[in-house]
Amino acid sequence: MTAPLSADEALPSLIDVVEETVPASRRPHGLIAAPFMLLAAAGVLWWHVASADKDSIELSALSWSDKLQPQIREHLALTGWSTLWVLLIAIPLGVALTRPGLRRASGVFLTVANSGQALPAYGLFVILYMWKGRGTQTAIMALVIFTLLPVLRNTMVGLDQVSADVIESARGMGLTRWQVLRRIELPLAVPVILAGVRTALVINVGMAALATFTGGGGLGDTINSGLKNSRELVTLTGAGITALLALTLDWVAAVAERLLRPKGL
Amino acid sequence: MPSDIEDPIISLRGLTKRYRGTASPAVDDLWLDVARGEVTVLVGPSGCGKSTTLRLINRMIEPTSGTIIFDGADVTKVNPDELRRNIGYVIQKVGLFPHHTIGDNVATVPRLLGWKKPKIAARVDELLDLVGLDPSIYRDRYPKELSGGQAQRVGVARALGADPPVMLMDEPFGAIDPITRERLQNEFLRLQAELHKTIVFVTHDIDEAIKMGDRIAILRERSEVAQYDTPERILSFPVDDFVSDFLGSGSTLKGLNFERVRDVELAVYPKVRGDASVAEARRVLDDADEKWLLILDGRGRPLRWVHRRDLRAASDGDDLTAMGNRVRANIEPQATLRDALEEMIQSNHSSLVVVDGSGSYLGCLDIEVVTSAIHRMQATARKHYADLTADVPPVDAALLTESSDPTGTPDPTEAPDPTGTPDPTESAGAAPS
Repeated sequence: MTAPLSADEALPSLIDVVEETVPASRRPHGLIAAPFMLLAAAGVLWWHVASADKDSIELSALSWSDKLQPQIREHLALTGWSTLWVLLIAIPLGVALTRPGLRRASGVFLTVANSGQALPAYGLFVILYMWKGRGTQTAIMALVIFTLLPVLRNTMVGLDQVSADVIESARGMGLTRWQVLRRIELPLAVPVILAGVRTALVINVGMAALATFTGGGGLGDTINSGLKNSRELVTLTGAGITALLALTLDWVAAVAERLLRPKGL
Repeated sequence: MPSDIEDPIISLRGLTKRYRGTASPAVDDLWLDVARGEVTVLVGPSGCGKSTTLRLINRMIEPTSGTIIFDGADVTKVNPDELRRNIGYVIQKVGLFPHHTIGDNVATVPRLLGWKKPKIAARVDELLDLVGLDPSIYRDRYPKELSGGQAQRVGVARALGADPPVMLMDEPFGAIDPITRERLQNEFLRLQAELHKTIVFVTHDIDEAIKMGDRIAILRERSEVAQYDTPERILSFPVDDFVSDFLGSGSTLKGLNFERVRDVELAVYPKVRGDASVAEARRVLDDADEKWLLILDGRGRPLRWVHRRDLRAASDGDDLTAMGNRVRANIEPQATLRDALEEMIQSNHSSLVVVDGSGSYLGCLDIEVVTSAIHRMQATARKHYADLTADVPPVDAALLTESSDPTGTPDPTEAPDPTGTPDPTESAGAAPS
């Protein structure tokens, strides 16, 4: 069977992977088409900005080397670091809360994590700004609090849905608790955990635009300057690039989900 | 309960499991020996603690008190993970690892034990062959591609992974359709005849217990042993009402499954070949002083039953093979007495002709022999228990011999009396109908 898309030649390696692991009915045509659509959207945005008449404020705000490029880098750094911290906190916590001894405490932790997400994002930034002052760290902390829940909850759900019979038979054969966790439970929970990570990643890209209010940098600077100076083109550019980043990272995460999903499920 | 097991591989000594917050223990002071190389079945009603008992053996559940002796060593306190690597474990829902190939599933314990790769690969193929799955087809597949019966075959192969001396099986065929279950049971028995593992097998199905077990422990609440013995003896002599209720009706008939036609004494009827003369036939019948004569063909295969009056009415030149009744009910020596009784009832004969594999006549099986076999088994079991305990009154030694009159033996079960169908007192005369 061959992939019916013209992308066949453009992305041979991905298609090979997909062919091997996914039955025909579940081939991710969307996954293959997405990068082309993203490129097209980026092209439209670039063409729109490049062809517009720009005054000095706009020219300065939209300078690629002085503003946009460093902001994109900052934005990705904010997203990357906050997601990394979320993984480092939420996955071990999720594992711990599904062990027999701590299971009873899981309700409390889920409630706390839930309230993190229930807070208005803007308010969360303000509270942390008052507590920790300006800076990138404050922004990262806000993002971590905000996206802890999806990863924590998905880690717990992913581990809980592993069949009790599978664990029983593994223990019965003499795998230690640690071996059961590492070889059986975590691999089988990977698809659900990754779905949580993907959610967190996308939320983080969007929320990182608010980092500008705590001096965290990122594309929020451009959006903010467009709003302050009433320059729609600048606002549109900042928001557009943020959206493109979110969609791109979502696509990367979707590909990772496919590749990391254990075979046989 | 007295036990006659010498050198048990597993000894449970005063094992008790009490769950926190429950009034009575799940398993209460259980003493049980498991014989080496045998299939020991734990059977009992739901909730009697049989699964808990099984899981106490490999310490999936830790006992509250008591001692587990495994192969002479106290394993109550050793590292349970290492203990379990020497004990195969098969559960009803199998629990194959869905993200591992079938080959990797089977290789689980050998890998834990650090076997070398080529040895593991060879062992995996050997085990898949053993359970009837072609390794070249199934080794690299994933469990979701298997049917329930195939999954349980893989489950058994996986439990046999590192060739453990002991296997624990918790209702392994309980979730499988009846036809596949029967096939798996038969394959299991064939495997066990080859491997001679010590197997502790839990089921709630008494028929499965009788079929699979070398020895059966019938458990009641809190895993109390109601009776622990061979299936033959349990069927012949249920020690109390609980056991006989649990065995259900027809337990006497089930007991007949354990005796084979070749093990009982066959009746001898006079016989002649079909090409003999009527005069010769008359002489043979007169010499034997019987009513019925069996006519055989040139290769010794039974053809017809001829009655004395048929011969009296015949004239000298008549063909013997055209007289009397055709022989319809045959049975082979390896058939069980249960099969024989069934054949008698179906054919409405009280005597069957026993033939070997090529159809040659070996003798005849009368229904009297079947009924006396029942009574002999019951008397033997009764004597066994009389010897073990003082509670059961001793039996008349004469009952233990096959020729004794069986009618006097009290029937400890309420099973229907198989002798009621054809009348045994007329068996010889009524052979062909």
